[in-house]
Amino acid sequence: MLKFIKGYVSSIDGIEIYPIISFIIFFTFFIAVLYYILAAKKNYIDELSNLPFDDGITIQTSDSTNHSDQ
Amino acid sequence: MEVEKFYYDNGIVKKFALATLIFGLVGMLVGLTVALEFVFPKMTYGVDFLSFGRLRPLHTNAIIFAFVGNGIFTGVYYSLQRLLKARMYSDLLSSIHFWGWQLIIVAAAITLPMGFTSSKEYAELEWPIDIAITLIWVVFGINMFGTLLKRRTRHIYVAIWFYIATWVTVAMLHIVNNLEMPVTLFKSYSLYAGVQDALVQWWYGHNAVAFFLTTPYLGLMYYFIPKVSNRPVFSYRLSIIHFWALIFIYIWAGPHHLLYTALPDWAQSIGVVFSIMLIAPSWGGMLNGLLTLRGAWDKVRENPVLKFLVVAVTAYGMSTFEGPMMSLKNVNAISHYTDWTIAHVHIGGLGWNGFLTFGMLYWLFPKMWKTDLFSIKLANFHFWIGTLGILFWTLPMYWTGFTQSLMWKEFTPDGFLMYPNFLETVKQLAPMYALRSFGGLLYLTGFIVMLYNLFHTMKAGSFVAEEAAEAAPLEKNFLKPKNETFHRLLERKPIQMLIWSFVAVAIGGAIEIVPTFLIDSNVPTISSVKPYTPLELEGRDLYIREGCNNCHSQMVRPFRSETERYGEYSKAGEFVYDHPFLWGSKRTGPDLHRIGKGNKNSKSNIWHFNHMFDPQVVSEGSIMPPYPWMIEDQLDVSALRAKISAMRKLGVPYVEGYEEIALEELQYQAQEIADDIAANGVEVNADREIIALIAYLQRLGTDINNAEEVPVK
Repeated sequence: MLKFIKGYVSSIDGIEIYPIISFIIFFTFFIAVLYYILAAKKNYIDELSNLPFDDGITIQTSDSTNHSDQ
Repeated sequence: MEVEKFYYDNGIVKKFALATLIFGLVGMLVGLTVALEFVFPKMTYGVDFLSFGRLRPLHTNAIIFAFVGNGIFTGVYYSLQRLLKARMYSDLLSSIHFWGWQLIIVAAAITLPMGFTSSKEYAELEWPIDIAITLIWVVFGINMFGTLLKRRTRHIYVAIWFYIATWVTVAMLHIVNNLEMPVTLFKSYSLYAGVQDALVQWWYGHNAVAFFLTTPYLGLMYYFIPKVSNRPVFSYRLSIIHFWALIFIYIWAGPHHLLYTALPDWAQSIGVVFSIMLIAPSWGGMLNGLLTLRGAWDKVRENPVLKFLVVAVTAYGMSTFEGPMMSLKNVNAISHYTDWTIAHVHIGGLGWNGFLTFGMLYWLFPKMWKTDLFSIKLANFHFWIGTLGILFWTLPMYWTGFTQSLMWKEFTPDGFLMYPNFLETVKQLAPMYALRSFGGLLYLTGFIVMLYNLFHTMKAGSFVAEEAAEAAPLEKNFLKPKNETFHRLLERKPIQMLIWSFVAVAIGGAIEIVPTFLIDSNVPTISSVKPYTPLELEGRDLYIREGCNNCHSQMVRPFRSETERYGEYSKAGEFVYDHPFLWGSKRTGPDLHRIGKGNKNSKSNIWHFNHMFDPQVVSEGSIMPPYPWMIEDQLDVSALRAKISAMRKLGVPYVEGYEEIALEELQYQAQEIADDIAANGVEVNADREIIALIAYLQRLGTDINNAEEVPVK
């Protein structure tokens, strides 16, 4: 079985590079995101995290039907 | 700046919410039915469309795409509008999306019990429905991105990122996995064969869990937990890391469904490594959800909505810890093919998806009907009976999972299998299967109580179809902040966001899958592996139609306990003509790969005939359903020519013009089998379905018997 699978894999040229590429892509991106997160200003983060609470609803009753946007 | 007045469309939210309730009921009823079929195998005697193999895909599809799917759309249509301060882009598209999705569900509910299935788990639907799903998904996408473009908020909240990633990834997964060659209106063959097909399927299967059952629900979690508890998410920074790490890592983990199979080792290892890495973002997300409630745990005591949400997030944490553990090769050697997997997915399904949906609905109905929940007491009752239901459901299945594994692998001191007969295990499990059904009944009872509660809530209130809101439009000439980072830019630009999420998942998908595509599937061939005969091919299609792969694997792993029990382990080269692959993922019954003539587990034609007619007479204590209709019904060979030529187009080496003689060969082989059965005392017409099925079973795993390994080019 092992012989079989080894033959299978070694038939791909440069197979060893796949996991390395994958690691580099992931790691670089992750570091970039991490840097951005840590560098972000606190008030900006607060603004974002409060987005669900500002939905512009002022009137609590329906005064009509069949309105469309704008 | 002048404030604009506009209206949120609650009508579409209501429609999806009601569909969630209706299809939740249907999906769970089917679930209870299939659970009872384990306890009473002859419960639906002789009714083909109610047999386990056909109902199981209906249950999984109904829960995933009908119940959870409508649940996703309910939450997305509600939260998206409010987070963007804009009505949905188009009422017409909303409507097409809703009705189109429901029609697809109805089509699934009709075709799956009829046996129209591609056999690939959670992607069983046949090609016309696959196309319809693609179209409706595009409609949903246009509607969502249209809304994003006309939004009145500058920045896009993290929940919406999860929605975007869901949309783009599900589109990619669905299309790639469902590439198939149509044979007739409701029959197709997968474009891929054997190992490739397995890899693509489980890349899809795993990520269907990731991007249909997880990411959209995480989006809902990030919206509804803050809304219900009235406090912002614990750490918005963590939510960003959660998002990127999760979508990046998830897409790679698919091969952990194929450990110890004939899949190349390097692909298995990638699957394991990324699965372990998944713990970090998953638990980051879970903790973020739970910690949002810090200082508000007193509310959890009183508010049933929060109770549901807390248990949902906890279940998410449990299954996202358990999943990576199960993908370790040494654990997977024990857990795979057993009921442990079934318990694992139901922690996710009943706990995470179910309870999050219930919490959301208990919160949404009073909001949209402008009233209070009809009964807090009943909601609490639902919470407790639902939680008990989860426990009664999963604990017995963990028990059966461990029992199966221990008994399958136990040897006597002399080196023989302690329980060589598979049935010895099955008999041990009967009480646990009964308990599991009881757990399902409890959970379903809770669901019905919720229906009652929500119905009365609707009756007591008055529905607000158009909810008025006000917001200033976005400035046209927005001045970019100085030193704006790339990511901050992304947060303003939904289309870029779409593209980058796609890049993230496509890289993972490509690196996982591309290598197997580069290999010509004929290269690692075992010279003695030949295409199926016409009769075997028809038999294989019957095996698919009846959903045999839902209970029987065709993949002997290279363990001594398996080679002792089943015979030679399975090789990649044996499956090169298998469009689709039929490795299966569960052994309710034994593996069938070495059941063919001359193999370790081979059985006579008459044995198969009697066994299909009445499994319990042949194998006392078996829980397999009987298949009397296969003995009564004539084999439909009308598509045989089309099948042969479709297979040839896919690369199966049937010679040109083979269609002309295929039927004759089929009849000849069928007569041989019928004669053999007759010689053993049972008269049966050679044109019956059972003959084709027996031909296929007799062929399974036999090619290798005369094999010499050929060197790979």
